[in-house]
Amino acid sequence: MATVEERAESGGSGVSDEMLRGFFREMLLIRRFEEKVEERFRAGELPGFLHVAIGQEATATGVCAALAREDVIASTHRAHGHAIAKGVSVDRIMAELYGKKEGCSGGFGGSMHLYDVEVGLLGANAVVAGGIPGIVGSALAFQFKGEQRVAVAFFGDGATNAGTFHESLNLAQLWKVPAVFVLENNGWAESTPAVQHSPLPVDELGKRALAYGMKLIEVDGQDVELVYLAALASREHALSGKGPVLLHLRTHRLTGHYVGDPQVYRDKEELKRERETKDPIELLRSRLELSDEEFAAIDSEVTAEVEAAVEFAKAGTDPDPEDALKWVYA
Amino acid sequence: MPEVTYREAVRDALSRALREDDGVFLMGEDIAEMGGSMAVTQGLLEEFGAKRIRNTPISEMAIVGTAIGAAMQGMRPIVEIMYEDFLTLSMEQLVNQAAKHRTMSGGQLKVPLTIRTQGGAGWSPGAQHAQQLEAWFVHVPGLKVVFASTPEDVRGLLWTAIHDDNPVVFFEHRTLYPVKGEVPDELEPIPLGKARIHREGTDVTVIATGRLVHEALQAAEEAEKDGISVEVVDPRTLLPLDEEAIVASVRKTTRCVTAHEAVTRAGFGAELAAIVQHGAFDWLDAPIERVGARFAPLPFAPVMEQWVVPHAADVLDAVRRTVARA
Repeated sequence: MATVEERAESGGSGVSDEMLRGFFREMLLIRRFEEKVEERFRAGELPGFLHVAIGQEATATGVCAALAREDVIASTHRAHGHAIAKGVSVDRIMAELYGKKEGCSGGFGGSMHLYDVEVGLLGANAVVAGGIPGIVGSALAFQFKGEQRVAVAFFGDGATNAGTFHESLNLAQLWKVPAVFVLENNGWAESTPAVQHSPLPVDELGKRALAYGMKLIEVDGQDVELVYLAALASREHALSGKGPVLLHLRTHRLTGHYVGDPQVYRDKEELKRERETKDPIELLRSRLELSDEEFAAIDSEVTAEVEAAVEFAKAGTDPDPEDALKWVYA
Repeated sequence: MPEVTYREAVRDALSRALREDDGVFLMGEDIAEMGGSMAVTQGLLEEFGAKRIRNTPISEMAIVGTAIGAAMQGMRPIVEIMYEDFLTLSMEQLVNQAAKHRTMSGGQLKVPLTIRTQGGAGWSPGAQHAQQLEAWFVHVPGLKVVFASTPEDVRGLLWTAIHDDNPVVFFEHRTLYPVKGEVPDELEPIPLGKARIHREGTDVTVIATGRLVHEALQAAEEAEKDGISVEVVDPRTLLPLDEEAIVASVRKTTRCVTAHEAVTRAGFGAELAAIVQHGAFDWLDAPIERVGARFAPLPFAPVMEQWVVPHAADVLDAVRRTVARA
């Protein structure tokens, strides 16, 4: 019998339609959430600035679906999808973006610092590669305590050029901690294409794992079923004591680096082509052969959820200015 | 009371913490078989095993970052950074992550992490093995900063740092490791934020840290021969700082000298001077004098090195200047 890992690598099978429909709903929820926050940001309602992950919903949903609630993740500046997929309430994420006390970080974090320790979100991180070593340490703690939990770091291709990434993977493999390093490779470090940031071809960035003798699993990041199976296999491997996994997911950012990014650096035709052929939600919709009615029903459900989140956030409480000093020290 | 060296006192605090709490472990470069480059962790591998006394690759960012992750999961890691010069390599994790997780998470996380490191001149290591960078860390909300100068203090403060729920950067001074002092039979935890008055006096307060505490005490002996009574105060923890004790001392003596081995410019003495002028303005009889290193990367040749860093004579000169004003 084929292992989960082999199934993932050979094209996947064995994920029920029911489960895929669940993935579809969550991915659409993430998409509608991202669209809504773009809209509210442009309307001037949200302070700071935002990075949305439109086009990368399958990596968030597929990976987090393979995790247990007690597993932990560290996210990046592009964090909304990861947070939703790990189980943070949409209301509380939205309230955080509005800077409210009811937010998942109590209004202290914002879009790039979403936390919900209860469901295993150890923080989104505004420093590229900054969250990776903390995941090595969390995994080390699980190993110490003999707990069957994994720690998972999300990061992009840009992060694979940071010293933090290399130091962390080296140490993680050396100590064989139960960690999964999820490389969401969208081919862009902000506005800099992979060809300008890495000597390896963009599709071969996973090879960096081999330098550390680390297990590499790689699949198409736009196919949520493959992502899910690959993440299951990665988790299994990490828990087996054989060491961590670099899970390389080739994905596509179908939008700018930040909300409002004019993307002057990007070929418009190519972006159009990617939007037409690489949208993970459209790909899954065809795969599931959803009728227009079925789609509309799911869509109106998740759209209502997002609308309700905006209402929840707007009705939230502003922190007192002097709350700023509340959590400086434990 | 037994007499132990500063080095033995550090080791004693580490051993006791390791014995008492399974969540405590050590990680750092060369700390296991070799016992650390300053021989502080000698014997710990034998007693506690390789799982808890962990040699690491030369990866300061990953060492500190990994310790942060373990701390977030409720362990109490103690990191040794071989030289404080190498702390610069871990600044991202220390400043952006360790210090900020608690606030950024709205109080959900805490990072009970201790980072021990050491530095200090006097043995011609050149510019990259002897800096005194403690002031950098005092500027970061979320960190605590300790700089102990005696065996008793280093033991009691390290114990407290290990059991504190915040990231603590714990500075030791290289030239103090062989210094002996009496310590209580039983380890007495010393609270962070409490200064120690090493010597009482009535004419000038010298607020000194690290090696300069010893230089200041020597200067005080000399000054006494001239009839000048010097009070020597060691804040021991720079963050939190015992402002009350410092201000009270200067109000009593009416003159103040700050003294540390780090460069004077933007050094911790500048912060002390600001606090003292604000809290004791009406009491001051002379401008506050600052003693510190000259503003140069530490040179190698012993004559230059000795000229750059401050000694008892520099403290004494500063004391005399303040007294001469009145």
